[in-house]
Amino acid sequence: MTLPSSTLLAQSILAGIFTGALYGLLGLGLSLSWGMLRQINLAHFALAFLGAYLTYQLASYGGVDPMLTLLMIVPLFFVFGIAVHWVLSHFKVTPFNSLLITFGLTIIIEAVLQWIWTADYRRLESSYAEHRYRVGELFLPLPELITLGLSVGIAVAAWLVLKRSDIGKALRAAAEDAPIAAAFGINQRALALLLSGLNAALAGIAGVCIALSYTLAPSQIYTWIGVVFAAVMLGGLGRPMGPLIAGCIIGVSEAVTMAVASPSLAPLVSFSLLILVLLVRPGRA
Amino acid sequence: MRRSLTLVLLAGVLLAIVPYLGLPAFYESVLYLIFHWVALATSWNILSGYSGYFSFGHGAFYGIGMYTTATLTSQFDVPFLWTLPVAAAFAALFGIVLGAVSFRVKAVRGELFALLTLAATFVVATIVLNVPLIDGGQGVYLSAVPMPDFGPSPSGTFYLLALGAAVGTLVIALLIYYARFGTGLFAIHDDEDVAEVLGVPTFKYKVAAFGLSCALAGVVGGIQAMFVSYVTTGDVFTVAMPLTVVLMSVLGGTRHWLGPAVGALVITLLLYSFTAGDSAVIGKVAMGVILIVVILFMPEGILGQALKRFGRKPQDRAARASKSQDRAGQASKSRDHAAQASLPPSAINQQLEAAEAGTDSVPASPRPEDAAVGLADAAPAAPGRRAAASGSSEVLLVAKDVAKSFRGVRALKGVNLSVYRGEILGLLGPNGSGKSTFINVVSGHFPATAGSIVFKGNELVGKDAHLVARCGISRTYQIPRPFAHLSVLENVALPAMFGGQLTERRQAEEDAWQWLEFTGLAGRAHALPDDLNLHQRKFLEFARALAAKPELLMLDEVLSGLTPSEIDEAVALIHRIREQGTTILFVEHVMRAVMALCDRIVVFDQGLVLAEGEPQHVMSRPEVVSAYLGKPIEDEHAANVSGVHAHA
Repeated sequence: MTLPSSTLLAQSILAGIFTGALYGLLGLGLSLSWGMLRQINLAHFALAFLGAYLTYQLASYGGVDPMLTLLMIVPLFFVFGIAVHWVLSHFKVTPFNSLLITFGLTIIIEAVLQWIWTADYRRLESSYAEHRYRVGELFLPLPELITLGLSVGIAVAAWLVLKRSDIGKALRAAAEDAPIAAAFGINQRALALLLSGLNAALAGIAGVCIALSYTLAPSQIYTWIGVVFAAVMLGGLGRPMGPLIAGCIIGVSEAVTMAVASPSLAPLVSFSLLILVLLVRPGRA
Repeated sequence: MRRSLTLVLLAGVLLAIVPYLGLPAFYESVLYLIFHWVALATSWNILSGYSGYFSFGHGAFYGIGMYTTATLTSQFDVPFLWTLPVAAAFAALFGIVLGAVSFRVKAVRGELFALLTLAATFVVATIVLNVPLIDGGQGVYLSAVPMPDFGPSPSGTFYLLALGAAVGTLVIALLIYYARFGTGLFAIHDDEDVAEVLGVPTFKYKVAAFGLSCALAGVVGGIQAMFVSYVTTGDVFTVAMPLTVVLMSVLGGTRHWLGPAVGALVITLLLYSFTAGDSAVIGKVAMGVILIVVILFMPEGILGQALKRFGRKPQDRAARASKSQDRAGQASKSRDHAAQASLPPSAINQQLEAAEAGTDSVPASPRPEDAAVGLADAAPAAPGRRAAASGSSEVLLVAKDVAKSFRGVRALKGVNLSVYRGEILGLLGPNGSGKSTFINVVSGHFPATAGSIVFKGNELVGKDAHLVARCGISRTYQIPRPFAHLSVLENVALPAMFGGQLTERRQAEEDAWQWLEFTGLAGRAHALPDDLNLHQRKFLEFARALAAKPELLMLDEVLSGLTPSEIDEAVALIHRIREQGTTILFVEHVMRAVMALCDRIVVFDQGLVLAEGEPQHVMSRPEVVSAYLGKPIEDEHAANVSGVHAHA
């Protein structure tokens, strides 16, 4: 195990931050719905891949700019998220059963993806991928920069809204104790619907970012679950900046492990980290 | 239970004939798949379904089994069948270590446990992938490994192995279901803290169930490794596998030993019929839709729902119950009259003690009739109440400098008090003075920060709550915490199975009927706690605490929230309890009841003992009055305290 050069190390740290930004973006919606709505939304991943495939379809065959697909995906997913939440809240589903139901949803979405786009690998060829900037000896690819920008921007915005705005305070109160919040005049149902719509929209945005940088296959849905859940747990449920920061820590530790040791060892770092956090500070959840 | 066991074994024997019928190999492979999933889902259910700790790491244990067999057969030429016990041992070892670590952390429950086990799967997968001896990234081929040929054909041999695994797993799940072990696991599912306080060794049970569940998964994995004959980490350690197992169990019903098997059968057939029909996508969609529909509309699963609708209701018992309740009702009425009309309870107590001295020991009988007999005898000898109160000078429990801090808050700052055998000791004090904390510390619900509590010569501080329960201490909770999924009868039978007595289930249920009659709940024996009103739920708390036949019973505000007539009933009940020789520690705000019941009271204030002594005497002391009511009002306080609800 030889130490890599400082350039390689810096490049891997950078790559880790980029991956971490995507972990954070995917984790944000998950964390908010778990922490504030008590729903563990496994379908978040399937939704992100649905978004990615839609972007792929529109950009590859419709000639639409990948970023413009957001205009369609965000409202569409917003409505979808509201519909799912309506069902879950109508049946007063427990957190654990919400996980199972959204797993059912994941299976269905995966099957649909497989049916339309087959199980083969797909890759979006777009002009974005060709743009890369050079800073010193480091390369900064444009798709990853977009992901980082979106992830940081959205996390900061969510943080500000939750911390400062009246809606944010109402949301936090409702998350703490929904019936009491309702007794004080907070329209908890409307807020929950709004939040779940936004969470689904976040999955769509993450999906566009996935389409920009990654190869797509329906089975890929499951490869993200473990590591993003790790980021969500490490970051603390319901904390908007948590998944981003934790995601970057995981991303960097993985990338450095890949550079220093072997790529196949990368999961060991992130999941050992998660297990340690669960055992030492389970109160974060 | 006998019948179920016979049926499972009979089905196993009948199915074992199938490979000898000369059917096409196709049937054997379908049935192999079914047995495979039945065994996996049932093994998962032993921990996760029974105790509610949903594990998403079943893939890890299954994978450990697979790789154990793969490595031992391919690298060390160990005969295949010999590797199966080793596979079980390795998987169990890993499960026990993981369980021993994670169950120590109290907050790792529910979703966190699910996530922890999922993460463990990835860690195991990464290690396996990176150790060349085990896998090293290439996968392991087993096609050259010799297969034992006890079956009529190779596929028949696999069929028999999988059948054996499925039947074995089902038998184990069934035995646990009906055993004390299973009852304990179901109690953990509903309320782990209460289960522990009632005497269930929760940690031990969880680790044991986890180890067993893992061992069985390991065996199934070992067989499957040989069946697929090519093992890779990518195929073995997936998220989909544990999710499928969870899906099958939930679909069938996790609260029954047969539930997961039903779910596994349905899902496997469904998937198979669709893949066979070349429409795997539709099969998957159907699986997703079924999962969603089942959870939304029948949360108890197919089998759970079916049993609810078509299952035999325990009518015979219920009929018996109402009859005997009538009897008991009459008996208890006459007894109440006797008790309230002329008899101070301490007199009976004295009587009991006399009897105890004579016969060495009078078992605390659950039969109210016996107590009634004792009562009649005691009737003439009933003079001074207080004199008899502390008649026993035998100290039952001594608390010395007991302190309890919650981070910065010092709830108990060094409490010293003694409880004498046979007395009713009232624990009073304003809200927040540490009364309930004291009960929580004595019962082991919270560990003490410092000090010592000695009960009959045994040190309680540092003991797990279930060991405290075994010593003969039981308690009620201020807000009733019944096991929500167990019937009233099962709720009451449980402490008898786990508390100081460790009686068998049958005997425990027999005794439970007595306690239900004693508390007037016999008519509701088969109801679920949710269907009871507050008054009945409080009495259920009583019955449950009594069923352990404790020597020391701690009652935590059992009267709060009850109406005056319900309070009268409860007071009469407490009298009856003491008549049976039980010592009672009684936390209460309702002063009327305190004055009527207590032989002695101890007043807490800000985590310390403020005063101690006879009720009338203590309650007129100025510092007690001011702790309760603020500044004493001149001359009136003595009159004030005797009959007033003193909610501070």
